[in-house]
Amino acid sequence: MSTEEKQNFQIYQDSNSFEYPKDEAEVSIFLKKMHKSSFPIELIGSGSKKKIGKPIQCSKTLSLKKLNGIVEYLPEELYIKVKSCTPIKKIEEELKKNKQYLPFEPIDFGYLLNGKTDFGTVAGQVACNISGSRRFKVGGIRDHVLGFRGVNGKGDIIKSGGNVVKNVTGYDLSKLICGSFGTLVALTEITLKVLPEPQESTTLVIHNQNIESACFLLDKAVSSSNDISGATYFPTKAEGSNYAMDIEKTFQLNDLKHDGSITAIRIEGLKKSTEQRLKNLANELKVSNLNISILSMHQSEIFWNKIKNLECFHFSKNSIIRIVIPPSECVQLIYEFSNKFTYFLDWGGAVIWMEAYQISEESFESIRKKVVKHGGYVTMIKNSDYLPYVEDVFTINRDRFTISQNIKKSFDPKRILNPGKMYTGI
Amino acid sequence: MTKLAMPKIDRKLLARKKKIFIELKRIIKPENVLDHEDQIRPFETDALSAYKQRPFVVVFPENTKEVSEILQYCNGEKIKVIPRGAGTGLSGGALPLEDGVLLCLGKFNKIIDVDFKNKCVVAQPGVTNLSITEAVQDNGYYYAPDPSSQIACSIGGNVAENSGGVHSLKYGTTTNNILGVQVVFMDGTISRLGGKTYDSEGYDLIGLITGSEGLLCVITEVTVKILKKPQTVKAALIGFPSIKDGGNCVSEIIASGIIPSGMEMMDKTLIHATDNFVKAGYPRDAESMLIVELDGTGNEVDELIDKVSKIAKKNKSSSIKISKSEKQRLKFWAGRKAAFPACGALAPDYYCMDGSIPRNKLAEVLLEINRLSKKYGLSVANAFHAGDGNLHPLIMYDSNDKKQLEKTEKLGAEILKYCVKVGGVLTGEHGVGIEKRELMCEMFNNNDIEQQIKIKKALDSSSLLNPGKVYPILRKCAEEGRVHVHRGKTKFPDIPRF
Repeated sequence: MSTEEKQNFQIYQDSNSFEYPKDEAEVSIFLKKMHKSSFPIELIGSGSKKKIGKPIQCSKTLSLKKLNGIVEYLPEELYIKVKSCTPIKKIEEELKKNKQYLPFEPIDFGYLLNGKTDFGTVAGQVACNISGSRRFKVGGIRDHVLGFRGVNGKGDIIKSGGNVVKNVTGYDLSKLICGSFGTLVALTEITLKVLPEPQESTTLVIHNQNIESACFLLDKAVSSSNDISGATYFPTKAEGSNYAMDIEKTFQLNDLKHDGSITAIRIEGLKKSTEQRLKNLANELKVSNLNISILSMHQSEIFWNKIKNLECFHFSKNSIIRIVIPPSECVQLIYEFSNKFTYFLDWGGAVIWMEAYQISEESFESIRKKVVKHGGYVTMIKNSDYLPYVEDVFTINRDRFTISQNIKKSFDPKRILNPGKMYTGI
Repeated sequence: MTKLAMPKIDRKLLARKKKIFIELKRIIKPENVLDHEDQIRPFETDALSAYKQRPFVVVFPENTKEVSEILQYCNGEKIKVIPRGAGTGLSGGALPLEDGVLLCLGKFNKIIDVDFKNKCVVAQPGVTNLSITEAVQDNGYYYAPDPSSQIACSIGGNVAENSGGVHSLKYGTTTNNILGVQVVFMDGTISRLGGKTYDSEGYDLIGLITGSEGLLCVITEVTVKILKKPQTVKAALIGFPSIKDGGNCVSEIIASGIIPSGMEMMDKTLIHATDNFVKAGYPRDAESMLIVELDGTGNEVDELIDKVSKIAKKNKSSSIKISKSEKQRLKFWAGRKAAFPACGALAPDYYCMDGSIPRNKLAEVLLEINRLSKKYGLSVANAFHAGDGNLHPLIMYDSNDKKQLEKTEKLGAEILKYCVKVGGVLTGEHGVGIEKRELMCEMFNNNDIEQQIKIKKALDSSSLLNPGKVYPILRKCAEEGRVHVHRGKTKFPDIPRF
């Protein structure tokens, strides 16, 4: 059987087909064997985000979940080096002890995809590179990976980067592996940049705005010098019962009023500073005549956790789509969708999370066309029973496809690591 | 000047150079092809002027299509191409080759789009770093990465080298501040990567290209993120009786949870040199000095300055001065920004190093540099981006004394090796270029380098774009003779090779 045939051959796996290497050396030995025999393998961490990307069926699954543990954590150096499949929860707990955190806000996809909360592992987060609400201020996951070790498709152990923030020694492969969905390297060790956690978090919520006025307010807030770290918009409940999104149910907080849509802006930092910035922001946005709520520390944290963990979609049976666009295009794009879907905005309008009822592959493609025209890209995050499979989960053009194919080949010449997970042929 | 082994010269190609000139003049305007010796001479080096090599031709394309056609032609004819921005690079990344076309992006000097709505600027690669900030500052915005050469260095070069600056501790380096690029690959393919969105989907090609030192593609357009200026900025100038106290203070500031927008350190030699140069009011009795800059709201900055002062006192600071006005703050910086020219006044030549180390090793590395300085009998002045552990030891020497240059290079290599030994890296922001090529195996092994070379081959199959830079490929290096040779001796003979 040729590699190509093996890649396309559907085989049901039994438990014997799972490989659980204990360390990097074992990963290398296994992949060397697979490379030699041209056997494609499915690469997973804890499997919490396995459903993102195209389904692949290989005769073997390489699970890295035994590569678990903190290798080195130096709070004063602002980095943590961990084995690749250390649970995010464990890392966050460790950081919390030193009042530090992962600024990119890892998303809990567990509930949405598998019905129970699961942040997954650091390798999973890196492989997906989908960052939370703070992205526009602090950067994404790709901006926080300082270095890694891993095994390529030939079974060779490779490394790149280091423990320091400033490093231009050689190509920056740490960026390249972010968002590569396990198609380039089986990650074995990752060094992440960490930061001191903000002392205070406050959220200004403005009620009952339409998309246009909301985006105007969000833009004004992001453009101000108040250093905001969250900017989101939830329209009112969609008509009909086909959608799960219901903001009144999702956001039940003591200080949060319920009056139509939610436009929310987060300010974080030292206590005195957040107070001053909140005051400035309220003045600049002229909110005195608007209906507002203010969420302080505890409630503000809960509110933003619900947003980044996509809680509003948790009980949805619909397709969940993620759209990233230049923020200036947001309003126009939403108009073009003419109320066919429910959605919410994050990153000040630079990302749209959308819930689509009974969407066909054709209408998904027509969404993609509109988004690409506006300079953005689309990802199908979760399939529905109605549309259980789409050919193109991710967006790519021909040029980038050729380059990506060449890059894939340089890491994994026989295409044995997660073949077809991102694109057919890669 | 030391002699450096470069890729084998294609004599056959040089023999038909007249034909190549004619062809290049057909592709772009003839006046944009410089082929006379007198025209070419100014391009024989970049800011690492110890190395000089005249290219056989210099071309100045005016648009992306011309770049694409030149590359396509050169790819077909197997002619090497060396891209060059403003020529301010410190690691010799734009050093020409005798049989290479030097592709200058100097005519790409326009800002194409200022987009406040999406908080970005689209610029051609030849636009200087500073002029991006100048284009948006009236609206209260700025472009964060600010290398010391920002008045002259180009944004395309910044992307190629992943340039940093004094504010990268808080705001990141170039790679954290760009959204999109248009590039041309060696086969002439024009590609647009990213755009005005955060994170581009699929492989992070922008991340790969940033800092690739002109080995993977030629950049013809860059979209950078701009930031709103902070409400208040203040700086503290703190003197210390010893290097160790200064270094400890840096670690403690970060450990306390404060991320200053800039944190710079200088040693006594440089305090005096810069203070003589710009009269910045530096503490001349101090053994080391810190500039700590904090930004944010008024009360936030005051609170942080207060905390920093307390930490400084705890670490035996001998003097603390807080900027009382914007003018005074800029004066504090004037000395630091003039560190390199000030050094020029201390010795006929200086050699600038660029290692990065974990912050808590600052004092240790500084003391080691002192020891090495004595061992080699060469004085070293030290300027550091202390916040992010990026060192710039400036070794002073006289290039007329050949022995001194040799000693300087040895001393430089020992410093960088020590950086790697304590968990740091060879270069924080200046790039590897030709300067640190042979030291790459201090950090990477055969597999690591082979993987990187494969990426290069994936995008430039004949290795024609800027060959001989960054990778010694020592295994192949020995075969191809790409080893730094000085008076017939291998450079850094004590470094392990594979």
